Amino acid sequence: MSTATTSNLTEEFHERRTPLQRLQGVLHKYPYLSPLIVLVVAVVIFYLLNDRFLLPQNISFVTQQTVVVGTLAIAQTLIILTAGIDLSIGAATTLAQMAMANLAVYTTASNVLPIAGQNPYVAIFIGILVGVLTGVINGFLIVRLSLPPFIVTLGTLSVFTALTLILFKARTIQKPEMPEVMQWLGNTFQIGEFQLLYGVVMMLILYAIFGYILKNTAWGLHVYAVGDDPNAAELSGISTKRVIFSVYVVAGLIVGIAAWLTIGRVGSASPNPDPLLNLDTITAVVIGGTSLFGGRGTILGTLIGALIITVVQNGLSLAGLDQAYRVLAIGILVIIAVATDQWIRKVKA
Amino acid sequence: MSATTTVTPVVQGVNLVKTFGRVVALDGADLELYPGEVLAVVGDNGAGKSSLIKCFSGAHIPDSGEMLINGKKVEFKSTSEARRHGVETVFQTLAVAPALDIASNLYLGREERKPGVMGAVFRTLDKKRMRADSAQHLKDLGISTLQNITQAVETLSGGQRQAVAVARAVAFGSQVIILDEPTAALGVNESARVLKMIQDLRDRGLSVILISHNMPQVFEVADRIHVARLGKRAGVVTPKSHSMNDVVAIMTGAMKVTAEEQQLTPVN
Repeated sequence: MSTATTSNLTEEFHERRTPLQRLQGVLHKYPYLSPLIVLVVAVVIFYLLNDRFLLPQNISFVTQQTVVVGTLAIAQTLIILTAGIDLSIGAATTLAQMAMANLAVYTTASNVLPIAGQNPYVAIFIGILVGVLTGVINGFLIVRLSLPPFIVTLGTLSVFTALTLILFKARTIQKPEMPEVMQWLGNTFQIGEFQLLYGVVMMLILYAIFGYILKNTAWGLHVYAVGDDPNAAELSGISTKRVIFSVYVVAGLIVGIAAWLTIGRVGSASPNPDPLLNLDTITAVVIGGTSLFGGRGTILGTLIGALIITVVQNGLSLAGLDQAYRVLAIGILVIIAVATDQWIRKVKA
Repeated sequence: MSATTTVTPVVQGVNLVKTFGRVVALDGADLELYPGEVLAVVGDNGAGKSSLIKCFSGAHIPDSGEMLINGKKVEFKSTSEARRHGVETVFQTLAVAPALDIASNLYLGREERKPGVMGAVFRTLDKKRMRADSAQHLKDLGISTLQNITQAVETLSGGQRQAVAVARAVAFGSQVIILDEPTAALGVNESARVLKMIQDLRDRGLSVILISHNMPQVFEVADRIHVARLGKRAGVVTPKSHSMNDVVAIMTGAMKVTAEEQQLTPVN
């Protein structure tokens, strides 16, 4: 008999469960365990390949590389939990970031936005509002017009990209032009031998906040319920439309914050979005154990997922391997993650 | 016995009409449910039983007609409004969120919040209280197979899920419980338990509307049987006044219920 007196399981459970089924049950209960195992294994392998991997400088570097994808992946997690998806997240970030930078740098005369620039705080605030607005637009189209999130955000991906180029004339704003506050999240501070970005702290605070919200508030519970079974949620008295709309707006807020963070991290503001940003956020969420079908997953898993992406990238280059292997490894991880999710969902009493 | 009593129905529907495009689901349907009775609603597929009860559970909004709760006119735009009036429904689909745990499902849509600012502003959940109360509710219902309240509903068997859905309806001390085909997916033993529970609910003074295809079960627990046909009420009979074959005949239109046979008032 099993020695573990797991008092939380019914007696029926103990009778006929193979070790594999027990594993399935554990992974079902703690969905962030599988990505955690992957992360630990990856760290060990890369350390064995090159022991510089675990040096404080390199670890600091990994956290810095994770910060943008990691922050946006919070927004992507919320959306995917409702069984949606946001393909416009990279384009929206670029739009918000360009609005922010242009407002801070150019005066009214040369600025498309009819607000006097030069006050970086106002610029940051309005830039974040632009992020929120992108969320409002996505949410409105999805909820009011009942369009599928995939199609809506595929459309707004192009719309936001075009708007950025039209409004801000494809001008990259360089670091020396940018006021200091704009870059504040890109500054580092020292803890022992570790160089951490203020942006990393910001990201971790956001993870803590949304981890708490998802687990402990009615809104968080409703986000899960809506993604899990929208009909059941509606019949239980949850306004599914309101929940979904609010999720896109909150995601927009995170996009706005990520825009500020990107300026700090990159140093400049370029109107051309990182083409991998969209897919990297989705990859982080999926590798992190959140189901693309909605209703299950954790914010902690997403953080681990985002770390896995950077660790694989960084470890492979330290090991002297081509970046093509990174793409290969990430691709395989995504497929394994989705397959694991499908398997875990089949857990039965 | 058949003297006209003046008991106000807990739930009353008058001339309800509901159409879906060109399909007329309810064509002037009436319904009365009296305090402390089990009213079975039977009818052929498409007779309008589900549409009828969905009006009372707040899942459908009737196009016209009146709904009254305890003699007062009401309009339900959502299931939460119906719940606020004490009408709880166990839907045929159960309407539970499979990935959420039992306690979360019991309180879904009406969570208990922490006292003070955290609960009021941030809608922070009082998980401890919800878990303790859920465990108590399940115990009260005599559902002992569900031991762990933090277990995801999808890990439960069909009967256990049913129990969760029923517990959710009963837990809130409402006055009316609507059960839509509660035994359709259950085995013999589990069905017997649900029927027993329906009788217990009536003994506690609750009123129950039971929708079922299963005639023996209907005849076992119902005080009155409302027969729906073509979006209307074909008649209301009792298990004593009519046989199962009679009820099937009324359902199919082969038999008419005469005015003196109708049982539109509560049976004592």
